[in-house]
Amino acid sequence: MRIPCPVCGVRDRREFTWGADALALDRPAVDAGEVAWDDYLHNRENPAGPTRDLWYHDACGTWAVVDRDTVTHAVHGSSLAETARAGKAAAGKGRA
Amino acid sequence: MARLIAKSALMGLLPVTVGGISLTEVETGPVTSIAPFKGQSRAVSAVLKERVGLRFPPVNRAVAAGDVRLIWAGKGRALMLGAKPEGLEGLAAMTDQTGANAVLRIEGEAVEDVLARLIPMDLRSTVFKTGHTARTMLAHMQVSVTRVGADAFEIMAMRSMAGTLVHDLEQAAKGVMARRALG
Repeated sequence: MRIPCPVCGVRDRREFTWGADALALDRPAVDAGEVAWDDYLHNRENPAGPTRDLWYHDACGTWAVVDRDTVTHAVHGSSLAETARAGKAAAGKGRA
Repeated sequence: MARLIAKSALMGLLPVTVGGISLTEVETGPVTSIAPFKGQSRAVSAVLKERVGLRFPPVNRAVAAGDVRLIWAGKGRALMLGAKPEGLEGLAAMTDQTGANAVLRIEGEAVEDVLARLIPMDLRSTVFKTGHTARTMLAHMQVSVTRVGADAFEIMAMRSMAGTLVHDLEQAAKGVMARRALG
């Protein structure tokens, strides 16, 4: 499996560490309530298909949002986590 | 007072020669990590250009002027080798890294074959040219790899990994040479 780092280019998966579901970028407001926070902290989909998650490129120190598919194992692209907003359709963005 | 003897990271480990592959330690001089503060990349680049005649290196590139070198070292970070940066106070975070890394030069006609056994990147000269650099992994170590010539690379790893670095490269070189000897 190869993952595109938005900074370095396409690299071997071993250079990366999985971080979290990309939902982690959608942090609720402090006063959003227990339901929203419970959801944010604990509840995750387990999709068969398109998936967005955060990966850390150990080699260069970049957090990336990676679009991939858990069924086909295809990796579609990635973007910088610092500029990405979870939930927005950013598939194929960045250097794929 | 005790007389302290400076020891380089690879002292006693190098030089090593295996077939046509040679491993030698690189004397870097002072090494400093330069990480421009947010929004200061251009200002940092301008100061570097004025002081040492080099711009802040683009991603995956290393540049040199005389004895001074700048090697891209990760997102928003570069290493300056051969001189201490001046005039960057307030523009960039600077950390002295002198002696923190083991730096070696690996050279020889079969060097690409040797590195191909350890580094999961395409380092052929058609793709990875002189002056290209990468942060990647060698076996299980985080390293910086820079092509410094047609048959020569420079590899930088954490000083604590010096022994492993030399061992892995030596083993890989022996493997490549043994296979070649079989014809």
